[in-house]
Amino acid sequence: MANRTQVSIRGLYKIFGSNPDAALPQVLAGMGKEELLQEYDHVLGLKDINVDMQAGEITVVMGLSGSGKSTLIRHVNRLIEPTAGEIDIDGNNILGLSATELLRFRQTMMSMVFQKFALFPHRTVLQNAAMALEVRGEDISKREAEAHKWLERVGLGGYQNHYPYQLSGGMQQRVGIARALTSNSDIMLMDEAFSALDPLIRTDMQNLLLELQTELHKTIIFITHDLDEALKLADHLVILKDGAVVQQGEPQDILLNPADPYIEDFVGDINRARVLRVRSIMHPGEDGDHIAGDVDQNATLESVIELSAGNTQKNYRVCADGVPVGFLDMKELVKALVPARTNASRSRAAR
Amino acid sequence: MAFYDKIFETFGLTAWCGKGDESPMNMAQLLAQTRGEASAEASSGIPFPSLDNLNESCAAIPRTRDMTSGLEDAFLSVKDAMKVVLDPVTQPLSWALDGALWAFLATPWWILLPALFWLTWYVSRSVAVTVFVACSFLFLGFIDHLDAAIQTLSIIFVCTGLCVLFGVPIGILMAKSNTLQRAMIPLLDLLQTLPSFVYLIPLIFLFSVTESKLYGIAIIVYAIVPVIRLTDLGIRLVDKDVIEAANAYGMNARQKLLGVEIPLALPNIMAGVNQTIMMSLAMVVIASLVSAPGLGVLVLRGIRNLELGVGLVAGLGIVLLAVVLDRTTKAALARINVAHENG
Ligand SMILES: Nc1ncnc2c1ncn2[C@@H]1O[C@H](COP(=O)(O)OP(=O)(O)OP(=O)(O)O)[C@@H](O)[C@H]1O
Ligand SMILES: [Mg+2]
Repeated sequence: MANRTQVSIRGLYKIFGSNPDAALPQVLAGMGKEELLQEYDHVLGLKDINVDMQAGEITVVMGLSGSGKSTLIRHVNRLIEPTAGEIDIDGNNILGLSATELLRFRQTMMSMVFQKFALFPHRTVLQNAAMALEVRGEDISKREAEAHKWLERVGLGGYQNHYPYQLSGGMQQRVGIARALTSNSDIMLMDEAFSALDPLIRTDMQNLLLELQTELHKTIIFITHDLDEALKLADHLVILKDGAVVQQGEPQDILLNPADPYIEDFVGDINRARVLRVRSIMHPGEDGDHIAGDVDQNATLESVIELSAGNTQKNYRVCADGVPVGFLDMKELVKALVPARTNASRSRAAR
Repeated sequence: MAFYDKIFETFGLTAWCGKGDESPMNMAQLLAQTRGEASAEASSGIPFPSLDNLNESCAAIPRTRDMTSGLEDAFLSVKDAMKVVLDPVTQPLSWALDGALWAFLATPWWILLPALFWLTWYVSRSVAVTVFVACSFLFLGFIDHLDAAIQTLSIIFVCTGLCVLFGVPIGILMAKSNTLQRAMIPLLDLLQTLPSFVYLIPLIFLFSVTESKLYGIAIIVYAIVPVIRLTDLGIRLVDKDVIEAANAYGMNARQKLLGVEIPLALPNIMAGVNQTIMMSLAMVVIASLVSAPGLGVLVLRGIRNLELGVGLVAGLGIVLLAVVLDRTTKAALARINVAHENG
């Protein structure tokens, strides 16, 4: 699929406090979060954010608590107004929208899924799912048919007339997803949508999301503080720290080439064999000898280790859809399992 | 020679005070004179520097009596102007009260009582409450207090209805505006702490005692406070996440208010209505002093004429009415709460 930038964030700053415009010059001059808080009593929410989000991809924004993830995602539908910067959606700067245009824009372009579900407790599951269409003023038969369809799709066919409090957390979030899908908007914002769920349900929901995504190709902005979740879902990964982007790119790249010690710490505990894919560490071309067999470029390293029975002498031919695209040296594979280090942290470890 | 003379002299204020012109005696002087005492300060050492005592040394300072009568004059002078505005504005209240009283009394009991029972059932959906209400009214009828009880009830219906009509929008505005909330809270505190009798004083000057709106206003002003407070609270307590969801899907202010905020604040608003009804009942009894009809009149007769039995039975009727109203609204509240339960 041809890539098209759907959401483009340029030079975005957000300062919380009584007079953010007065504090902005200090931040532009390089003042950090701590200093700003102490000297001006303003909180630096976001600092010079530049991110492009491609249509039909899942962009995951990851960072620790307080790093500004929720603040960032709320700028995309202007639930929070920026202090400085520009947000373009399909090429239009949404900061120029009038109040009524903004409502229309939220009704048609955006849907949102929340960490705490945020369903309407006084409405049934069906009415909740149909909410977006109701706001738009669609008539009841159309919106209920649509809501019904998506409730079926997320596996809640029989619960239409229940109230949210009668459902488990996982089921409530399915309603939240059905509500977002019913709105039939291109862009879906998900703020820690699965963080409140227990691990098994969470895996289910991640799979559901990926399954829906292969079908629907929404532009999804997904927020999480969990690296495993980020790596599983992300086409594009953005890592935030103290309101600034420390690294962004393809998740595999970030794993293999972390830009700074903060990210190393983040990725240090991950099971790399299960996350890294053959394509990330293969050599292009077909010039290998001792080829022991074929592996798919999207196979995980773990599956290759299993295939080789732990024999590091072997080489494999890498194929994409059955066509050879490169070869893989098992020794390289083993090296890739050791977390990469930046110079800074290497010298720290040596001391 | 009064006690504070020297002080005015040291500040050179004697001329300003215009000493010498003889003012009429104040109460304390009069009392002292009749008791044959020489002067007030002789017996008590240093007199409190009150208006009356200062006036003895300095005639330019008004006495307390002048102050109260000044207040009265001021009130009377604006009274006519206020009446021009207030009279037409409040006139519909008189019509509503008189109309409701007439309608309730004109309806034969065999229509009115079943209608009341049905209303109880409709709002409470509770057999026990409905049966209790039925028994209470039948008992009141049996002891010939039904008409008085119905009069009281009709006043409460009208006043509570108006309290909700004005109180809920005021509460909503307060929830939306922190400035308005800061301005309103002292006023509401004042209304709630003023003894109920004090309300009647300015009203008696403004309106004639024969007009129903006099007690109508007193009841509404007294009883509206809880609806306002709890509407404000209820709307402010609506889950921020749910409001955020409403915003994220592009709801406008009206959709949010009618579709989310009011429904979710309803349990609190209803709790406010319950309190308002109970306060109306308390006030309607006191308002019988200013010609509000109903059970209160009988209580008043009991007190005035020392007819102990009449007073006690009417009192029992009021208690019964209070319990009936409380149980019914609480049952309605419980019903709403069940519908709003969210884990
Ligand atoms: N309305 C606000 N007023 C002042 N400071 C705020 C406000 N909202 C957020 N902040 C600050 O901005 C920073 C980022 O907050 P944000 O909620 O975006 O973090 P987060 O990454 O979503 O964290 P979490 O994982 O806990 O949800 C925090 O330091 C927070 O204190
Ligand atoms: Mg957050």
